[in-house]
Amino acid sequence: MAAEGHAPTASEYIVHHLQHWQVNWGLEPVTQKAIVDFNVINLDSVLYALAIGVIGCFVLWLAARKATAGVPGRFQAAVEILVEMVDNQARANIHNATSRKFIAPLALTVFVWIFLLNAMDMLPVDLLPALWAKFHEASGGDPHHAYMRVVPTADLSTTLGLSTSVLLLCLFYSVKIKGLGGWGHELITAPFGAHPVLWPINFLMQVIEYLAKTVSHGMRLFGNMYAGELVFMLIALMGGAMAASFSGVLLPIGHIIAGTVWAIFHILVITLQAFIFMMLTLIYLGQAHEGH
Amino acid sequence: MENILGLVALASGLIVGLGAIGASIGIALMGGKFLEASARQPELMNDLQTKMFILAGLIDAAFLIGVAIALLFAFANPFAATFLANLPR
Repeated sequence: MAAEGHAPTASEYIVHHLQHWQVNWGLEPVTQKAIVDFNVINLDSVLYALAIGVIGCFVLWLAARKATAGVPGRFQAAVEILVEMVDNQARANIHNATSRKFIAPLALTVFVWIFLLNAMDMLPVDLLPALWAKFHEASGGDPHHAYMRVVPTADLSTTLGLSTSVLLLCLFYSVKIKGLGGWGHELITAPFGAHPVLWPINFLMQVIEYLAKTVSHGMRLFGNMYAGELVFMLIALMGGAMAASFSGVLLPIGHIIAGTVWAIFHILVITLQAFIFMMLTLIYLGQAHEGH
Repeated sequence: MENILGLVALASGLIVGLGAIGASIGIALMGGKFLEASARQPELMNDLQTKMFILAGLIDAAFLIGVAIALLFAFANPFAATFLANLPR
């Protein structure tokens, strides 16, 4: 995006960093034209999400393999606290023991995975993109076209994909627990009542409820991570602006202070958003188990 | 068309500012009620704390989505791109 021959301006820097590494199904580089385009894959999000998912699974597997019934070590105790916390929340929200066998591990996976994906925000904002640009240049490409975003949850495709999966599970459990007839009956009689005149209104309300749940579920995580990433970029620009001006010798100090404050606040945000995503998954799935 | 950049800048400021007011009022009301409730019934504090954090995240989210959109307008401005594309040559 940046024009060759001069350092990128602030706006060009941000735009470059907000561009995904996009390919089509044949893995050839493309740029996205429409807002929704199923021929475009954000390859960076996919790769980071897969890699981090594998790492998360591996670490938890390591804890499970070495687990003892005796006095646990620090690592085992930490994992036990985590699993117990998720299990308690699952018990409080899902009252069906058979479903819980699937949903409690699902909630644990969601929490650990989203937490680790969000934690990619804690890496220096330029580290991986700069390495990727170097690699791209070394392999004969143009470094200005080496796009990479390292936080998969700051990509709307990832978060809406997660929330859509939760929606599909909700529909699956609604049918499984209440039966097709029972769920169909609920769709047209809740929330206002069983009078035939109210059926279309009830059905419309249910559709709106499902849509609003799913969209807000994904948008909430995306919005938080995207804003966090953008603020990290602005802070990085603050230090970078020193090189461009003679009067800005104090800017790096501001950079360090602002970066520290935002990073500490962001530790809260990434944990909280992962926790909220897990809790809402449990709550929505719990609603699918209950009749109105 | 000329003052489009200025208007977008004002709009970004309004999005962040008004969103911050709303989120602050929401967090303040909820935090105050949480303190009142836990002073009255300290044994409920842990239960309420979990719920308070969830709600704090929910309240914060609307504001932060607003911030993300405002920053997007400020830096990767889609309106300015249209404006620059339509400039007479």
